[in-house]
Amino acid sequence: MGNSTSIARRSKRSWSSLANPFSQAPPVEKSPAQRPIEKILIANRGEIACRIIKTARSLGLKTVAVYSDADRNSLHVRRADEAVFIGPASAQLSYLSTTSILDAARRTGADAIHPGYGFLSENSKFAQACHESGITFIGPSAAAISLMGDKSASKKLMSGANVPVVPGYHGDDQSHELLQSEADRIGYPVLIKPVLGGGGKGMRIVHSRDEFLDSLRSALRESAAAFGDTRVLIEKYIAQPRHIEVQVGDFIFGDRFGNVVHLFERDCSVQRRHQKIIEEAPAPLMSDDFRNSIGQAAVNAAKAVNYENAGTVEFIVDTATGEFFFMEMNTRLQVEHPVTEMVTRQDLVEWQIRVANGESLPLEQKSIPLQGHAFEARVYAENVPRGFLPAAGVLYHYNPPPASSTVRIETGVEQSDAVSVHYDPMIAKLVVWGSDRDMALAKLHNCLSNFQVAGLPTNIHFLKKLAKHPAFRAGDVETHFIEHHKNELLDFSESAKRDVKPFAALAAVGVCIRESFRRPESRIGGPWHTTSGFRVNNPYTRKISLDWMPESESLSCEPMSLDVTYSSDNEFLVKFAGDLSCVRLTAKRVASSGCDITVDINGISSTINYGYYLQKSAYHIHVWKDGEHHHFTTALREAYDTESHGETSQRLTSSGGSSKLTPGAVASPMAGLAVKVLAELGSNVKAGDPLLVLEAMKMEHTVKAHISGVINQVNVTAGQQVSDGGILFHIKAQES
Amino acid sequence: MGLNILKDGVDVKSDAFHANRKAMERLVSELRENVRKVCNDRDPKTLSRHRARNKLLPRERIDQLLDAGSPFIELSQQLAGFDMYDEQVPSGGIVTGIGSIHGRLCMLVANDPTVKGGTYYPITVKKHLRAQEIAAQCSLPCIYLVDSGGANLPRQADVFPDRDHFGRIFYNQARMSEAGIPQIALVLGSCTAGGAYVPAMADESVIVKENGTIFLAGPPLVKAATGEEVTAENLGGADLHCKVSGVADHFAKDELHALGIGRKIVRNLHLAASTPNVKLDEDAVVREPLYDPSELHGIIPEDLRQSYDIRSVIARIVDGSEFHEFKKLYGSTLVTGFAKIHGQSVGILGNNGILFTESALKGAHFIQLCAQRHIPLLFLQNITGFMVGSKSEASGIAKAGAKMVMAVACAKVPKITVIVGGSYGAGNYGMCGRAYSPNFLFLWPNARISVMGGSQAAGVLVQIEKEQRSRKGNPWSKEEEELFKSKTVESYEREANPYYATARLWDDGVIDPADTRQVVGLCLKAASQSSPQTSKYGVFRM
Repeated sequence: MGNSTSIARRSKRSWSSLANPFSQAPPVEKSPAQRPIEKILIANRGEIACRIIKTARSLGLKTVAVYSDADRNSLHVRRADEAVFIGPASAQLSYLSTTSILDAARRTGADAIHPGYGFLSENSKFAQACHESGITFIGPSAAAISLMGDKSASKKLMSGANVPVVPGYHGDDQSHELLQSEADRIGYPVLIKPVLGGGGKGMRIVHSRDEFLDSLRSALRESAAAFGDTRVLIEKYIAQPRHIEVQVGDFIFGDRFGNVVHLFERDCSVQRRHQKIIEEAPAPLMSDDFRNSIGQAAVNAAKAVNYENAGTVEFIVDTATGEFFFMEMNTRLQVEHPVTEMVTRQDLVEWQIRVANGESLPLEQKSIPLQGHAFEARVYAENVPRGFLPAAGVLYHYNPPPASSTVRIETGVEQSDAVSVHYDPMIAKLVVWGSDRDMALAKLHNCLSNFQVAGLPTNIHFLKKLAKHPAFRAGDVETHFIEHHKNELLDFSESAKRDVKPFAALAAVGVCIRESFRRPESRIGGPWHTTSGFRVNNPYTRKISLDWMPESESLSCEPMSLDVTYSSDNEFLVKFAGDLSCVRLTAKRVASSGCDITVDINGISSTINYGYYLQKSAYHIHVWKDGEHHHFTTALREAYDTESHGETSQRLTSSGGSSKLTPGAVASPMAGLAVKVLAELGSNVKAGDPLLVLEAMKMEHTVKAHISGVINQVNVTAGQQVSDGGILFHIKAQES
Repeated sequence: MGLNILKDGVDVKSDAFHANRKAMERLVSELRENVRKVCNDRDPKTLSRHRARNKLLPRERIDQLLDAGSPFIELSQQLAGFDMYDEQVPSGGIVTGIGSIHGRLCMLVANDPTVKGGTYYPITVKKHLRAQEIAAQCSLPCIYLVDSGGANLPRQADVFPDRDHFGRIFYNQARMSEAGIPQIALVLGSCTAGGAYVPAMADESVIVKENGTIFLAGPPLVKAATGEEVTAENLGGADLHCKVSGVADHFAKDELHALGIGRKIVRNLHLAASTPNVKLDEDAVVREPLYDPSELHGIIPEDLRQSYDIRSVIARIVDGSEFHEFKKLYGSTLVTGFAKIHGQSVGILGNNGILFTESALKGAHFIQLCAQRHIPLLFLQNITGFMVGSKSEASGIAKAGAKMVMAVACAKVPKITVIVGGSYGAGNYGMCGRAYSPNFLFLWPNARISVMGGSQAAGVLVQIEKEQRSRKGNPWSKEEEELFKSKTVESYEREANPYYATARLWDDGVIDPADTRQVVGLCLKAASQSSPQTSKYGVFRM
């Protein structure tokens, strides 16, 4: 950061007279309402709240966190100087509540509010309300937000300024008939997009006229829930293979002196469910000329609205023709801002605070460096094989790779925190920097390999495959990348071909060494409270049954029986039932860590990372070695302690209900809220018919009939919360 | 702290060390091989029949019952009955030992149905009773894993009538239950005739569907006696006993389920009255000895007659090799002092030669001291006996020995004896031999136990025989005398052998010297489960 003195010396009230690269800019009177920023309230949660607290701290500013019922024990609350409770878990009543948040700011005497991203960050009414309350909103003016937030208005403005825009309908008339006819006019496929908001919520691709109205209604419901607004626009959906889309965002920054700079582009093409998962800066295979012209366009777009503070102008680039179209402008700090920070060596949150404090931009365009290459991968709690469905649960084990000057982990969670169903299921952002794209990518893959999360499904394995994919490595990215390469990216069967046995042996030994985990209380203590397996004159052989849990649910879990012989101090001999192969290894617990073990196999010693937890009466063991990860479960012996004469004596498997389902049962693919029940008792359904609309993490998901038949059981009503794997319907199969 | 660290001059690179180690390792591997055989070698037909009924072997049953990965002290008796009968009775047909269930120490007694149908040989009874004795002494809940055909009929005379025969098992159950020591039976197979009383006498019992039966007389005997034809299951199966007769309390679907219920029963025991009310001052962090315990293999001389410093053994057993020696300069053939083993205080008595009057007095003093302070005692026996001769007798060595024996007999603290070499004569008594009821007694594979050495005995016997013969005027030829001598020596050698001793349950097991620290540490803890008692003594001859 070039000039870090202004905040510190703010008492001298000499904002613009300090070493200012834009010294020719005329001094502007600060509005009388504005106080110097000394305490910032962060109207957000999760990693971005933690991120902002970090910079605020480094600037010597006090921070105030706000939290809902669901976030009482969240990391951002623990990190802030003060924390204020603002309401129930539902974001509508807490993080989206202007009243509660302004009230919290007043009560704590905060001078400024940083909205983060999402929630109220692009809500012009909120920005206005802050202004009226004499609190500095760290972001653009309410007018700029409202202009750019209205996608129709912004597109009109841009086309007026001769910026090419994608064909579409941006009108105020929102009657369904008109929208349908506009869609017909534009030609399918079309994209329905909420006028307000972003982040993929409420967006629908419609491939044919028949689907239009259904998709529209669903989009309206989702955007009503997410943004409290039901206006949509229709755009041509560019889907032809020869029209490859690249989504480029040019990060721009403006101050109140009319200066605007861009901090180069990011490529955010690789998306699933219209949400980005890997971002990079700079965009691959982009010439300097093109970079400059697109950057200039972004600056012009921002200048057209007198833009102040951080924002991103998004373009669709047709790589075939070299054309680019204005898509939208995000009037906030974006999720992926760290990649820009890494290549420009700037702290953008610091820029935001300074600009909001009335300073001018710290650097002029020509002094902004562009060094090396950075990637950001978003680690989500989600079920990749089930179509990237969001997941929730407890992070029983959370051990990200170590941070360094070139590796950043932006997160709002720690081990044993929960990823709740109420908010975005992002666990962390992994940001890496390398001197060129190849090196950054290698680092990304390596860090993903060492990113250990257990307790809920994540997309880590998928991200690794993505980072390894030849097309991705070649920089051949576009928004349909995942769709185009799904056969390779979503094929998890290769892990089945790999030899799981060494991992099973490690898991078994891990259980043996870690056994005290299951013996929390011991009345005896002393020498008996060990897991040495000591026996007199005859070694102890322990039988361990494991279930290997493959990453993909299409593969069934594989039971294995192992005999672990405790041969001497820390030395184990592992044999597999019905098999002559055996593994002899010495294992020692790494003293500094709760669950890592140094293992010596055939003279090669290495450190194995483990994650253990109890869930659903099964004991889960995760093993990480050489970047490979395997998940096993073993039945809790205590299951036998139950006295029921029923099926308890069958070994418990942790796979839950799915394997035991009757063929006609329709299980919920995730935990969520039943928004609309489409099927009635007794109605005839065909396979693929929608039965229920489920909402979780603000995303709608339609549960479809898997077989044709008659609905003979309905266990769900609209407005009901359903659990993952819960039986929603039962279909009596019909022979067709 | 550092002041008490034992320093010894053992040269682990010396030839003697290597030779000793080779000899001891041969003994240890022989021991392990013998144990492996009795644990695992079974008639394949018997074994497959057993497995086909969904049954586990007794040690597997115990492993399932214990906290996974926790230690198990199998008693004696792995080698009980070894080479005793015409047929082999591996481990005496029963497995006994101490282990932890939900963090509570228990005595486990498991019949081995793959050995003569789990019937009780004389040695089986003795082993069962010994396990109960330990349980009673240490207040350990008893878990009986019952799968036995009852008394071994051909040997009924050595099994049934005497005080310490079959009936004593149930007597012990009653008396332990009276004392508040839980008695739990898991019926995993048949419990016929007398065997039926094990679950019936238990505080709480579990029976396995189909495999478990309890009846005074089986179907063949019932048919013979009354003509009634009935299946074993209907006569005394799980359904009947859980639903109708009330002989069993918990119904288990299979063996694993029964073992699970057994664990649950132990978890729900409430032993408030019998938990130790004085905590031993245990060290929070246990320090390993500074010397490798496996070096004991090279320290113990192959030739029993060679002496070595018992402190080298102590240094490889106690925490941090720290030993606070008591009366070091007085009666130096008996080494006494305080140490910790796995954090537990212990008073150690070890032989460094023949016991003299002073050594015996020192021993009596030290035992009294430990009893007064409730410090458990560890005896490391390597003793040829008390000193003989006119000088000794005149110094009142019998009196001094009597004082030591009195102290040993009356000191009410946990006692553990390990015979690390010879154990001869009254030395065996003063150093807490079997007759003095130590809580545990173990042998090293090089140990020898007899009233005196073979050649000394032969010498004495020859002397007497010669006198008799010369009175009858029938003098011995030199050859006859030599033959008599060598026969005596041979028989002594055979009977002094640790296998001979352990087969007859004169001890609680032969252990690898390198395991001594582990075994003693675990047993000390097991022996410290009941409240400390005050010691009283009889009349000391002054």
